This record gives sequence, structure tokens and C-alpha cells, in this order.
Amino acid sequence: MIRTMMLFGMTLLISLSVSAQTGATSTTKNATSTTKARDISIGLQAAITSMDPHYHNVGPNNAMLRHVFETLVKTDDNQKFTPGLALSWRAINDLTWEFKLRQNVRWHDGSPFTAEDIAFTLKRVPNVPNSPSSFATFTRAIVDIKIINPHTIQFSTATPHVLLPSDLSTVMIVSKKIGEKATTEDYNAGRAAIGTGAYKFQEYSPNQRVVLKANYGYWGGEEPWDVVTFKMLTNPAARVAALLSGDVQMIETVPTADIAKLSKDPKYNIVDKISNRVIYVHLNQSTEKSPPFVFAKDGKQLDKNPFRDVRVRRALSMAINRDAIVSRVMEGKAQSAAQLLPTIFYGTSKKLTPMKFDAEGAKKLLAEAGYPNGFAMTIHGPNNRYINDANIAQALAQMVSRIGIDVKVETMPSAVYFTRATKLEFGYMLLGWGTESGEQGSAMRSLLATFDAAKGMGVTNRGRYTNPAFDKLLAEALVTMDDKKREVAIIRAAEMVMDDVGLIPLHYEVSTWAAAKGLKYTARTDQYTLAMGLKPIK
Amino acid sequence: MFTYFIHRLTQSGVVLLVMSLIVFLGVFAIGNPVEMLINPQADEVERARATIALGLDKPIIEQYWIFLKGAVTGDLGKSFVYGTSALDLIMSKMPATLELAFSAMVIAVLFGIPLGMIAGLKPDSLIGRSIMAISIIGFSLPTFWVGLILIMFFAVQLGWLPSNGRGETTLLFGIPVSFLSADGLSHLMMPALNLALFKLSLLIRLTRAQVRETILQDYIKFARAKGLSNTRVIGVHMLKNIMIPIVTVIGLEFGSVIAFAIVTESIFAWPGTGKLLIDSINQLDRPVIVAYLMVIVTLFVFINFAVDIIYSWLDPRVRLGTTAGGGH
Amino acid sequence: MVESPLKRFWLEFAESKLALVGLGLLLLVVFVALAAPWLSPQNPFDLSQLDLLDGKLAPGEKSMAGKTFLLGTDDQGRDMLSGIFYGLRTSLGVGVLSTVFALSIGLVFGMLAAYFGGWVDTLIMRVVDIQLSFPAILIALILLAVFGQGVDKVIIALVTVQWAYYARTVRAAALVERQKEYVEAATVLALSQTRIVFRHMLPNCLPPLIVVATVQVAHAISLEATLSFLGLGMPVTEPSLGLLISNGFTYLMSGKYWISFYPGLALLITVMSINLVADQLRDVMNPRLKR
Repeated sequence: MIRTMMLFGMTLLISLSVSAQTGATSTTKNATSTTKARDISIGLQAAITSMDPHYHNVGPNNAMLRHVFETLVKTDDNQKFTPGLALSWRAINDLTWEFKLRQNVRWHDGSPFTAEDIAFTLKRVPNVPNSPSSFATFTRAIVDIKIINPHTIQFSTATPHVLLPSDLSTVMIVSKKIGEKATTEDYNAGRAAIGTGAYKFQEYSPNQRVVLKANYGYWGGEEPWDVVTFKMLTNPAARVAALLSGDVQMIETVPTADIAKLSKDPKYNIVDKISNRVIYVHLNQSTEKSPPFVFAKDGKQLDKNPFRDVRVRRALSMAINRDAIVSRVMEGKAQSAAQLLPTIFYGTSKKLTPMKFDAEGAKKLLAEAGYPNGFAMTIHGPNNRYINDANIAQALAQMVSRIGIDVKVETMPSAVYFTRATKLEFGYMLLGWGTESGEQGSAMRSLLATFDAAKGMGVTNRGRYTNPAFDKLLAEALVTMDDKKREVAIIRAAEMVMDDVGLIPLHYEVSTWAAAKGLKYTARTDQYTLAMGLKPIK
Repeated sequence: MFTYFIHRLTQSGVVLLVMSLIVFLGVFAIGNPVEMLINPQADEVERARATIALGLDKPIIEQYWIFLKGAVTGDLGKSFVYGTSALDLIMSKMPATLELAFSAMVIAVLFGIPLGMIAGLKPDSLIGRSIMAISIIGFSLPTFWVGLILIMFFAVQLGWLPSNGRGETTLLFGIPVSFLSADGLSHLMMPALNLALFKLSLLIRLTRAQVRETILQDYIKFARAKGLSNTRVIGVHMLKNIMIPIVTVIGLEFGSVIAFAIVTESIFAWPGTGKLLIDSINQLDRPVIVAYLMVIVTLFVFINFAVDIIYSWLDPRVRLGTTAGGGH
Repeated sequence: MVESPLKRFWLEFAESKLALVGLGLLLLVVFVALAAPWLSPQNPFDLSQLDLLDGKLAPGEKSMAGKTFLLGTDDQGRDMLSGIFYGLRTSLGVGVLSTVFALSIGLVFGMLAAYFGGWVDTLIMRVVDIQLSFPAILIALILLAVFGQGVDKVIIALVTVQWAYYARTVRAAALVERQKEYVEAATVLALSQTRIVFRHMLPNCLPPLIVVATVQVAHAISLEATLSFLGLGMPVTEPSLGLLISNGFTYLMSGKYWISFYPGLALLITVMSINLVADQLRDVMNPRLKR
């Protein structure tokens, strides 16, 4: 009986290894016969949750859908506006914008693109059922749509809305003919995923992969690829392994631990670019006395909130050795930050520089503020949201402990962290913010304006920082229609709030892409991975 | 027998009910799904709309009641993240996970039992000892570590096997499977092996222990004295008796294999329910978590029931559903 | 002269050289775990002793201050040797404690279910079903959210996940025992139920349980490592072996193997020694193996 089993086992083992070998050879045979040299596979770091461009406003989806659909206003790799489905746009008065549309654009099913499609799109956006995060915020300002002719359209707003081009750079246009009767399910199945973009929908497997094929009649010209397969490889080690084994030809978000090795390897080339994402610390200034998790060293409550004192905030910022974090924790793939966006973006001040590391000076400032022996606190942060977030939290703890503060660290999965952080259950919070609009005004409005839910100000101001002078400056800036004047006002507001340490900026993330030899990716500040940016090197 | 079956069925219903309630309350305790899904740039109006759209503005008991009403008709709600039917999403990924789990169990049983028997029959020989040593290593190392080593070795260094994914699938009775094609098999090998390692070691050790015990039993000596061949003694008499605890463990372990597939699926990007579950937990996609558990519990109940039946068939001393004190 | 039972036990145990090796290793591991604060050159849990700029040094390299790190440092500047000593302590403690608690709970419930049968059996087994269906990760996440992080929460999560295995295995063995004549005899003799269950059925149910338990200690330590890998285990500043391994995981492919390799080796030695000892213990204690 045993002998029979053994024999069976051996046969199975042999046959399995033989088939594995044949499997390997037949896949390579497949590679040369059905997969052509113009087919490519890309490894993504997050899952795509839908092929409906209006269903879920989240970075990975937005990047993917830009292959199939297009917006009126496009953004280049530095997030500067370029013509998309609209050739030009201007404000003809304070409350009206006129957009001139591109001609001779066709949908993937051959029908012509007209202004009717835009009108339909804008009506659909706020009415997508079950949307966990819609684009309604970006279409709300438009109160009236006037179609002048099939290639000219006008939008009216209730109040002066300078950010309309920016808003419209997020809304992808869908076909009225197809979209009228289509549900999110129809888009996911591909029936309704008819766009004007460089690639056509071929296959979508939730949580697994997306396959696109080239749109040979694309108005923007020929793409270098016939079939693009996007594989969702959320585990960082698996993503790198896929690149190293040749299963994919490019990956995004290279784990920092592997960057050094890949950079030296001639088989791959790594490109990087500074992104619009800043990693920062919010200090809870909402309570009169001790904020949560902040105490005197003997465990008693403090009778003043130390974070309300600008000297304490400044000391905490000075205690941080940003260069060490950039070089040691982020392996050089970050840039020390002085404000909310790197200086290549609109509305950033050239005068602001990252706070200088000075532990001694920080201790002195703390003493000046009335804490000669420091106090005790816990640093909180997520552990699966930002690049190296748990390690950054620990590094911060190390540094803060050197200026006389008793520090504990608690990191947790984002599912738990953000709910609690929004409920203001923490004192010292590690957070991140990616400014999709590419200009600092809206970032400051979300993070630093005094919290006022009704007016939509300070919605993500978890520190509840409040400064009436800053609020006034910012509010004025946001309604100035002239681009140059508005920028000056925004910069003044930024300089004021950073001097007052409204929050502690740490660094800007640098996004990385690693491609196989012979391929080059044009890196982007918005962290999108687009097949349109990947080209063979001649 | 029939009443027993009915009893088990009603009990299973209660189990499903309790589980779903626990998940609802559990996810409620963990955090707010809207917080996970909403774009940070969205304003309060948008947040309020999203909360209502996902049904999260209602009190938790009312949300549960709505769920129950739908569940009776087979509708377990729509995924917060994907917007599609949660049950459909889970069922579409089930074949991948089941195939992986099944392959892992097959490897474990096919190699574990024979190897364990050898180790049990020749405990002091070199081969017996080496088998035990390997089995110890097999369950000492964490699954995710072994998985990465496998990938590094077979995919990156040798290039024999693909590093992730499922590859081509062929349809068997309408269900996509991997093992019928060479490409599919090459994708299946490493994850299945990774998942099987722990159970393999367990089965080796268990079989060995059982063999060493039963070999001293009187009925074995008697069978030998009767002149039965060694093969028959071991293959028929011993095997049938050692199978009972082994069958329990196999049944139990199959369930844990499906649960542990979560880590393997994550590393090998195997598109099964485990990977979906972990992503859903991280995003607080409650309908998917609930749907997953409903399906898994049903599966478990079924497996446990099957194990109990096989039990009573294997060991006539065990009667199902009797009370203490023995019955006649 | 009659030997004392203890001496006889030891002589039987010592028959296997391999088991003696295992015992030696295990004693070493336990010693290191207990004496970690005195043996370690650095307290890896104390943030003020760590320096980021000393991070990722290879084994034998010197720090900026001239200290040599025998096994190198991890990415936070933590000395690997100290990290392993303290990590052993945490992992071992968590593994043993959770197994002991889970075993006790599972034992009680399994035996009760088997002995009483009827609705007691049904109730307990259905709870076991529910328990086994819950992925460990979900339980851990819920506990983490509700109670916060910490060693005790991890132990609770591990116990909650594991007791059901014991309950089911014990019930299976006890079901068989219950039908045997000695139980019938004891009942006829009007012995109390507690006595029958714990003094007579229990010793016969133990052997398969010991096999499962030894595997489960390893399993518990591995499970804790997996939870740490997913960010749900120990707090980052008090790493167990599992957390050290998963931290070093990201560096495996870039050549800084020591961050994951040495803790992995320590884990392997710990688990192997436990099992070598337990194997022999079980063989010696098994009444059915008496020659």
C-alpha cells in the first residue's frame, strides 16, 4: 500500500516538474507568437476599482481611465494645463467661461464628439449611484451650460470661480449616446467604456488586471504599443520580483529599499520626479488643556495646550533632522519641505526654506515657552498608507526624544487611523496630502483655514489651527480672478502661515518608476502611470 | 439520520446570523468606510452625499436589518469600493482560491501521509530522521518568508516559473481552472507549494505519531500472527485506524488553508478571495467582508458535516447525535 | 532498587540524542530570553538609544561613535543582536502564553462537548465553527481598533484564533474515549462526572493534543509574525522576532539580508528546539508506546 503510494507520488512529482519545464518553454513560445514586441505589461501598486470615470475619485482609477477617456483640460507631466478635448478657454466675464472644443475627434465607436457629450457628462457626474467619492465637488460651481455651436460651449457660475479650468481637468467626458442608458456595471463590463482616448477597453478583472488595446485612429497620433496589460501588484516585494523576472516591463512606486540596487543595474532604468504629495505633521490645537496623548512627564494633564504656543510648534519643527529622514528613511527619494508644494508649482514661495535642524535651539525654545523639562506625548501615524510611513514615525520619535520629550509611537492600519484622526483623537499626527489641483491655494484652504464645514473651509484641518489674519488673506486670494495677482496673494498667505508653523511640513515624496532597458518613462508630478508616457528608446 | 441533517442545517443558519452580526458591529467599531474611500479634497457636502449613498447615515441596527432583508433573497449588498454585487465579486474569485487551497491540500496529503508513514515505521533510520527534520523546518518558517524565497529562487534567479498571477485559465464545466494548461500549472506551482508546506509538515508529524502508536497495538500483532502480509496489515488495518484523527485534521486544516491563503495570495498576486478580503478589510468595504464570511462559513459548515459523516463511517464506535452514558 | 519515576522519566527522555540537543538549545533560548536586558549591548526598545544615521550597517561594521555591531543594524539603527535577544523574549512569551491559554480553554470545552453531548455539544461545536471561520486578520483588526495596540492584545487575538483547534481535536479524541469500557465502568461505579472527565478521560486524550500543541506554539509565533507583517502585531518600537523579520523583508532583495536573516534563524532555532523536546516528551509520556 505504501509502495503504491510512493510510486504514485514519484510519478506525480516527475510529471509536475516536466510540465513546469514545458510550461516555461511554452510560455516563452507564447511570448513570441501571440505577444508581440509592441505589447507591454506594467505593474501597478494599487487596485483599480472601476472603469466608470465618474464613480470613484481616487488617484489609481483616475490614472487608468485617462487611457480610455479624456478631459477638456489636460495636465502635462508638471501638472500645467494643456489642451485636451478643449483647444482653448477663457473667462469672458466674472461669471462666465467659454471653451472652444477640438474638432474631428471621434469616440471609439466611430461617432463624432460634440458639445452635447459635455452637457450630458456634467449632468451625470453628481448622479452616479453608490459612488463612494464622486466628482460632484468639481461640477457644483457650474449653474448653467450654454451650447453656442457643436464646438463651443459656455459655463456660468454663481460666484467668480477661478478654478474652473482646474476643476474641469478632473472630469472625464463620456459619450451621450452610450452613457444615457449605461450604469457603472456597464462601464466595468466594457460595454459602455467608449471614450476618445489613446487606448480602447479590452478587459477588466477587479483586483487583478486591466487590458487595453491601441486606438489606431486617435487624434493625438500613434501610440508605440498595441496591447497594454496592467497588473495590480500591491505587495511591494512581489512588484519588484515581477520586474526582475521579466513578467512586467515597468513598475511604479519602486520600494525605497530596492532603489540603490536597481539604479546600479544596467538592465533597468529608474526615473523619478518630485510629486505633489507632502508628508507633514498636524498638531492638535483644538483643546484648551492637554490634547489627547499629551501629558506632563508625571502623567498629569497639562493646564495649557502646548501646541497652541508657536514656540512649541517651532521647537518641534526644529527638532526634526529632515536631511536624515530623506537620506536614511526615504533613501534619497524625497525632498525636504518648507510649505505644502514644491517650488515648481503655482502659489509657492521662493523665500521659504525647510526649517533648519537644531536640537539645542529647540530645547531652548521649549524652555522659553515654559517647558524646560519638556513633556510626554505619543506620536501617531498610519503604517500602510504613505511611503515608509511607519519608519518616518519612528524616526520622528527618535528625534523628538532628543529634545527632552518622553515619546511613544503608535502606528496602525489606515482603516483605523484616519477615522480616529478625523475625530481628533490624537495629538501629534503624521499625515500626507497630495494637491491634485497643482496650486497651493486649495491645499491651504483644506489644511490650514479655520474649520468651517458649511463654507467648505479647513475640511481636512485636523490640527484645527486657526488664524483669522491668514483666513482673511486666503479668502481674498481665492476670489482674485487675475492669475498673477492671485499668485502674489497666495504666496503672502503661505509665508504667513508657515512662519506661524500652522503645521510642520516634513518632505515631498519623490515618485519612482523602474523600466526595463530600452524603455523610458516620462515621470509625472501627479504620480500617474500612463502608457502614453512610456516609449522605447531609439 | 435525516433529523440530524435538519438539526445541522438550522444550527448553520444560526451560525450565519451570528457571524453577520459580529461583522457588522466589528466593522462599525474599526472605523468609518467613508473616511477610507472619500477623496481628501472633497468637501462636507460631498462627504454627506457619500455617506448617504453607502447607507451609512442610518443607525447600525437599521443597516443590519436592511442587510438581512436583502440576504434572504440572496442579495448581500453592493461593494462600497467596486459598486458591484458583493456576492458576485466573491463568487467570481472563489474558483481561484478553491483551486489553490485544493492543490495545496493534495500536495500535503499526497506527500505527507506516505512520508509520515515511512517516518513512523522506521523512526530511527536516516530517512526517518531526515523526514522529521525537514518537517520541522517546514512549519517553523513564516509563510510569507518562504513565499518570497521561492519567488527569488525560481522566478528571479532561475526564471523557471512566473513570479505572480494566475496565467491562462481553461474552462472546466464553465469554471475557469489553471491546472489543465501548462501555463496555468506553472503559475499554480509556487503558491500551492508555499501554502502546502505547513500542512505537509503537520500531516507528516501526525501520521508518524499515529503509526508509532498503532504499531504496538494488539490487533496488529494478531494480524501478523495470522500470517497476513505486511502490506495488508499496514495498508488496510493500520491505515483505516489512523485515518480518523488524520481526517479531522485534514478537514480542519482545509478551512485554515483557505484562511491562510490570504498571505500567499497577497505575495503571489493570486487573484483569489483572500487577496480581495485583505484589501476589503483595509478599505472597510463591509459588504464584501460580510459576503466573504457568509460564503466561508457555509463552506466550513459543509466541510465539518462531511468530516463527521466520514468519521462515523471510519469508526463504528462513534455514533452521531447520541447522549452520554451510551445508547443501544 | 526501584528508581524514582522522575529519574526513570529522565532516562527514557535522554535515550534520544537529538532530543538532548533540542533541550540544550531550548534552555539556551529561554536563558537568552530571560536575561536579555543584561546580555544586550543596547536596549532596542529605547528610542533615545537609537540613531537613524547608524541604520543598515552590515554585520561587524562600526557606527559613527565607534561601536561595533556584531550582527549589523536595521533601518532604524537598532542593533540586530539586541533586537534578536529582546525579540526572542517577546516572541517566546507571546507564543507560550497564548498556547497555554488557548489549550486550557479548548481542552475544557472540547471535553465538555464530548462528555455531555446533546445541546451542550451542539452549542460548543457551533461556536467552534464560527470561531474557525473567522480569519485571524479580521479578529486582530477588530481587537486592535477597539482596544489599541500592545502585547496583551496580540495574545488575546492569538488565543481567540487558536482555542477552537484544541476544542475540536479534544472532542474528537474524547468522543472515542467516551465509548470505551472504562468510562462505562466508572459511571457504574458512580464516580462524579468531574472525576471521570478530568482524571480518567483526560490523560488518554492528551497524546494527540500534545502533537497539536507543539505545532501550535510554532504556529502562534508564526501567526504573530504574519500579523506583524500586515501591521497588526506588536507596536513598531517593541519588535518581536516576527516584526523584525517582516521589517527586514523589504531589504531581502537588495542585499541587506541580515535584517531579516538573523531573526529568521533565531526563530527557526527556537521553534525547532521546542519541537525536538516535545517530540521526545510525547513519545515518553505516551501510555500506548510502553514497551
